[in-house]
Amino acid sequence: MAAVHHPDHGHGHEHEHHGAPSGIMRWMTTTNHKDIGTLYLWFSFMMFLTGGVMALTIRAELFQPGLQLVEPEFFNQLTTLHGLVMVFGAIMPAFVGFANWQIPMMIGAPDMAFARMNNWSFWLLPPAALLLIGSFFVPGGAAAGGWTLYPPLSTQMGMGMDMTIFAVHIMGASSIMGSINIVTTVLNMRAPGMTMMKMPLFVWTWLITAYLLIAVMPVLAGAVTMLLTDRHFGTNFFNAAGGGDPVMFQHIFWFFGHPEVYIMILPAFGIVSQIIPVFARKPLFGYSSMVYATSSIAILSFVVWAHHMFTVGMPVSAQLFFMYATMLIAVPTGVKVFNWTATMWQGSMTFEAPMLFAIGFIFLFTLGGFSGIVLAIVPVDIQLQETYYVIAHFHYVLVSGSLFALFGGTYYWLPKWTGHMYDETLAKTHFWLSMIFFNVTFFVQHFLGLAGMPRRTPDYALQFADFNQISSIGAFGFGLSQLLFLYVILKCIRGGEKATNQVWEGADTLEFTLPSPPPYHSFETPPIVK
Amino acid sequence: MTPPNLAMLKKLLIVTVTMFAFGFALIPFYKKICEVTGINNLLQPDTLTKDAQINTGRSVTVELDANVHKLPWKFRPLKSSVQIHPGELVQVMYEIRNDSNYETTGQAIPSYAPKLLSLHLKKLECFCFSKQVLKPHEVRQMPVQFVIESELPTDINTVTLSYTFFEINSASASEGENKLVKI
Ligand code: HEM
Ligand SMILES: [Cu+2]
Repeated sequence: MAAVHHPDHGHGHEHEHHGAPSGIMRWMTTTNHKDIGTLYLWFSFMMFLTGGVMALTIRAELFQPGLQLVEPEFFNQLTTLHGLVMVFGAIMPAFVGFANWQIPMMIGAPDMAFARMNNWSFWLLPPAALLLIGSFFVPGGAAAGGWTLYPPLSTQMGMGMDMTIFAVHIMGASSIMGSINIVTTVLNMRAPGMTMMKMPLFVWTWLITAYLLIAVMPVLAGAVTMLLTDRHFGTNFFNAAGGGDPVMFQHIFWFFGHPEVYIMILPAFGIVSQIIPVFARKPLFGYSSMVYATSSIAILSFVVWAHHMFTVGMPVSAQLFFMYATMLIAVPTGVKVFNWTATMWQGSMTFEAPMLFAIGFIFLFTLGGFSGIVLAIVPVDIQLQETYYVIAHFHYVLVSGSLFALFGGTYYWLPKWTGHMYDETLAKTHFWLSMIFFNVTFFVQHFLGLAGMPRRTPDYALQFADFNQISSIGAFGFGLSQLLFLYVILKCIRGGEKATNQVWEGADTLEFTLPSPPPYHSFETPPIVK
Repeated sequence: MTPPNLAMLKKLLIVTVTMFAFGFALIPFYKKICEVTGINNLLQPDTLTKDAQINTGRSVTVELDANVHKLPWKFRPLKSSVQIHPGELVQVMYEIRNDSNYETTGQAIPSYAPKLLSLHLKKLECFCFSKQVLKPHEVRQMPVQFVIESELPTDINTVTLSYTFFEINSASASEGENKLVKI
């Protein structure tokens, strides 16, 4: 990822000619899409480790029943901040990092449309992260009402909650700016001949994701603004005591929240759709159906939000509507899974780390989709809401879905970014360790949920002890395996077998026509796409 | 920044601002939906569907409860419980008194026990349908008129009708009082 430092690559010195600062100021002031991509990726990796430490503290406390390590109040802060840090600090910025590195190279553009705004979108993130982490140290501690920030808890807590609200505002602004940049780049800056229906799927999925972000991030900003004015300026949006309605917050939050979960998975679909055809050595099956499926998932994601609130009280007709609408999303999602499988069918496959992660993604994401459908069934969900079953569901779609795709994408493009092949054996080890420990951690949580163990609890009944122990062991295994990932990346940055331009036999998107690593400024004269 | 990019930036910013406003617009929108579909009808008068048959053979005890939340008020029912027959139109009286030296406004929110009662309780008149403004030291007596339908399951012999007065923020409301307790 530090490829752009590399002393001997082609155009690196051009940058110096413009009188660009070096050292830390170079990174503070950079407007280069590759630099900014690198910043995003390192930032998200650091947040991933931070959120991971919180998760491991949670799992350590849950290793056995009773209260051992942390106070219940602190435990609640940990679950809340783990969610916020992973969603807004790790997964989303990581995908934006990929977008920054890849989109200009994949569509033959010299850079992002608004290079300076791009710099701002990144540099908003560290202050937001500091607010979030810093909130642990203020009186009353960090926000503890869950990452969904439901009132009345969120209208009552101390200043940690205010810091969280500001952090959400800042990160929201950052995502919106990033998305505006991506939409404009994709729509206006494609190389001649790169028609919409020739764009690589990663670009397509990000375009749709960016639209989703522009549509729902402002709604979240509005919701937390209302929380803030309820807390400090005497409004009563959600304050039942003053005629407001706390359930109203849930409606507004999930109007953002459900599209948000697709924001975290669509770019992952994109990455997997790039990887599978290359390692199956066959073109992607059903390209245009992939585009339409992604669009319909995005549109449907606006009409299913209330499946997160089946138990708050709503008429049966509304429950049925949201149940069927939710199940309907499984159809375009199924189309995608089918297309990936059909792409592999009779392909001459090889199983390098990117492919392993992509296949792991297909298996485990689909499992998460299944548990999602189970949860969409109203009478079942009334039993399972707020249990560990929900935790298992969304970790299958987010960890073995989004995160596995990010791992796969990293291995896939790392040789392009650094100019070196990574250590394949270690990377495969990373895959198998992640795969095994992930399932050890989360599969048993289905059983815990079915047996009724509530989520967000530091203590539990004795009957849940065994599965919790297994889950905690898996979590530590999974967490430690990620240090191997870090090691593989660092090793690859520092050296390794020289990567060819094409890197992977069968890779045919535009970035693989550039040298590895690509010059600091690429495609300044646009390529012609035939 | 080329002109087409700038035009796109403007368009997308407009969408962003619109969606921010849309978030706020969801509040009246949801309220309207609840009103039209009758989901949140705690604070609206009911109408009696059919002319109710009074079931004199059966008595139900209605316990009356009253609370205030952070208001300088005294609030009590004149009788703490009444015996009624299902189907009969009943009137009970509550009294509020403002103990403070300033004008305050409150809104009563009902709650029923057991929960099932809400299906079979029809309120025709209630002080909770509107907010109550009390002058300093004013005392007011207010009625609730209701019918408990005969469909109330027969294993329920005692029900509770409870009201809590909440302060409605008004200009006179003091800063310290309209904030919730910090924990
Ligand atoms: C076939 C597709 C899916 C279906 C049918 C589905 C269905 C559901 C349902 C019904 C719930 C609510 C469970 C409850 O709270 O009782 C839920 C929760 C959740 N889902 Fe999914 N889901 C699907 C895919 C996804 C994807 C792709 C993601 C993210 C990448 C995701 C992330 C989440 C999260 C984070 C929650 C929990 C939110 C919380 O309460 O904290 N889901 N899902
Ligand atoms: Cu959802």
